[in-house]
Amino acid sequence: MKAIFKHELSSYFTSLTGYVFGAFLLLFAGIYMMAYNLNALYTNFEYVMSGMSFVFLVIVPILTMRTLAEERRQKTDQLLYSLPISMTEVVLGKYAAMLVMLLIPVLIICVYPLILSAYGNVYLPASFSAILGFFCLGAALLAIGTYVSSVTESQAVAAGLCFVVMLVNYFLADVASLLSTTAFSSLAAFAALALVIAGVVYLMTKNGFASLMCAAVLEAALVAVYVVDSSLYEGLFPELMEQLSLFERFYVLVDGVFDVTSLVYLISVAALFLFLSVQSLEKRRWSE
Amino acid sequence: MIEVKHLTKRYGNHTAVSDLSFTIEQGQIYGFLGPNGAGKSTTMNIMTGCLAATSGEVFIDGHDIFEEPMEAKKCIGYLPEQPPLYLDRTPREYLTFVARAKGLPEKEIPAHVDHVMEVTQTTDVANRLIKNLSKGYKQRVGIAQALLGDPEIIILDEPTVGLDPRQIIEIRELIGRLGESHTVILSSHILSEVQAICKTILIISQGKLVACDTPENLEKLFAGTATVELEALASGAEAEQILGTVPGITHLEVTNGGGTCHARVESGREDDRNLCADIFFAFSHAGKAIVSMGAARASLEDIFIELTGAKPEEPHTAHKPAEDAPGDLPEPAPEAEEKEDENE
Repeated sequence: MKAIFKHELSSYFTSLTGYVFGAFLLLFAGIYMMAYNLNALYTNFEYVMSGMSFVFLVIVPILTMRTLAEERRQKTDQLLYSLPISMTEVVLGKYAAMLVMLLIPVLIICVYPLILSAYGNVYLPASFSAILGFFCLGAALLAIGTYVSSVTESQAVAAGLCFVVMLVNYFLADVASLLSTTAFSSLAAFAALALVIAGVVYLMTKNGFASLMCAAVLEAALVAVYVVDSSLYEGLFPELMEQLSLFERFYVLVDGVFDVTSLVYLISVAALFLFLSVQSLEKRRWSE
Repeated sequence: MIEVKHLTKRYGNHTAVSDLSFTIEQGQIYGFLGPNGAGKSTTMNIMTGCLAATSGEVFIDGHDIFEEPMEAKKCIGYLPEQPPLYLDRTPREYLTFVARAKGLPEKEIPAHVDHVMEVTQTTDVANRLIKNLSKGYKQRVGIAQALLGDPEIIILDEPTVGLDPRQIIEIRELIGRLGESHTVILSSHILSEVQAICKTILIISQGKLVACDTPENLEKLFAGTATVELEALASGAEAEQILGTVPGITHLEVTNGGGTCHARVESGREDDRNLCADIFFAFSHAGKAIVSMGAARASLEDIFIELTGAKPEEPHTAHKPAEDAPGDLPEPAPEAEEKEDENE
C-alpha cells in the first residue's frame, strides 16, 4: 500500500494534475473570501466554504479520472494483479494519495480564518467545523470518483461520468424541493425506482424470471404499504433524495451545527465506494 | 515447481483454455508454443494470478495461486504481452516502485534496482522517460521489472514480439543467461525462437496441450523413417538405376535437370547415416559424383503445423487427445475441434 501511495503521490506532482487541483481550490477559496469576508465584511468563514463547494464538480473528476481507468488502458493493471499486493491495498493507496492532495490545500485554507480573526470577531469553531465538513465531503466525492474510474477504460468517459454524478448530487436537494410531496406521487416515484432496480437485476444476472420476481415483490410491497397507511408516503421521496445528497450534509455543518451523523454519513459513503472499487477491480480478474 | 491441473477458462461460450494440465520443473527454460489465440496468454495470466480460472488448480512452489495468492506471487516475475510500464516515469523510478510493491526492504532497493538494470543492460537509459525509449529498451525494462525480488520463476509472454532482429538476439541471450539461475517460461508463436532457447517445448493448440518434450525428442518422434535428399551429376534414369542397388529403399523420387538430378530417398531403416553411406558408395562404384546429400529430418516446423494446423474446416477427426493426459505425454493426434473465434 505504501508503494502505491508513494507512486501515486509522486505522479500527481510530476504531472500537472496535482498543481491544477490545489490551485483551483485555493483560487476559489481566495475569491470567495474576498467577496464574503473582505468586501461584504461577514465574519463567518463558513460561507466561503459553502460558496466554493461547487468546485468539487470540476476538481473531483480531474483528480480521479485517470486513477484506475488509465491503469486499465495502459495495461499496467496486469502488473498490479501480478504483484504480491491485494486490490484493497491498491485502492487504499491510491485513495490515500488523493486525500493528501485534498488535505494540502485544505490545510492552507485553515490559515485564512486565523488571519481574519486578527481583524475581526471570527467564531473559529464554526469555521473549522465547516472546513472539516468540506474535507469529508471531498473525501466522499473522491471515493465516488474512484469507483467511476474503475468501471471504465477511458479517462474521458470517467471524467464525464464522474462530472454527471457530481452534478446530480449537487442539485439533488434542489430537484427534491421541486417535486410534489403527495403520497401518490411518492408511490409512483418508488414504483418507477423498483422497475429500475428490476432492470438492473436483469442486466446483472441475465435471468428474466429473477428480475420479474424482484419487480413483482417490490411493487406489491409498495402498494401494500400504501393501502395500509398512505400517509407514510407523504413527501417521502423528496425527503429521501434530500437525505441522500452529500452536499446537503455538508451544509448542515456550514450552518454551525457540528453534526456527527453527517460526518459519519460522509465517511460511510466514502467507505462504501472504496469497497465497490475493490470489488470492481476483483471482478475484472474474472471477466477480462 | 509449477503444477497446473485441469485448468479451464471460458469467456461466455468461447473456451480459451480447456482442461490443461502440465508440470514445470525447476531450472530450465520452457517454451509455450502455439498459434495466435491458442490460449498461451490466458494460461500465463492465470498462472500469475492476473486472471481467475473457470475451473482447475495452479500450484506455484506448493502454493495455490487462488488460495494463497500473496505467497505464490512472490515466487513469480511476470512480463505480460504488453510490458506494463508507466510511460511518464523513468526506468529507475518505475523499478523502485515495483521493488517497493514487491516488499523489498527499503534499504536494499537502490542496489537491487541497479543490479537488475545491469543484468538487462538498461543502465544507460535509467533516467530517461520510459515513453521516449525504443521498443527494445521498453521490453528490457519490462523484463527488469520481472527480475526484481529475484523470483525463482520468470514468466515472459511473447518477449520478442515487435523487436528488430538484433534486439531479438539480445533478448534471447538475456533469457539464456536468466535460464542459468531461474526457471524461465516464455511463450511465442515463432518456432525458431523457441527452438533456439528452450530446453522443453509445450505446444498448445485451441486451449489444449498437444505435445510436451525437448525439441530433439519431438523431431525424433516425428522423423519416422530415414529420408535422404541428394543431388548428383547423373541423369534421372542413371540415378534410379544406381539407387536401385541400395538395399532397404521404400520410396524413391527422382527429378531430372540439365545434367544433374535431384533424388529423394525414403527407406525403412532407422539410421539415416548408414543409408547415406550406402548411397555414396553406390554412386562412387558407378563413377558418378554426388554434389550434395543430406538427411531430411522432419523439422519442428512440420511437427508444429501437424499438431496445431489440423485443417480447421474439418468438424471432427477420428482421434482426439486423451482428455486427462498428463502433461508429459506427447500427443500426435491432429487437433480439430469446433473452430471458434480465436480472439483472446
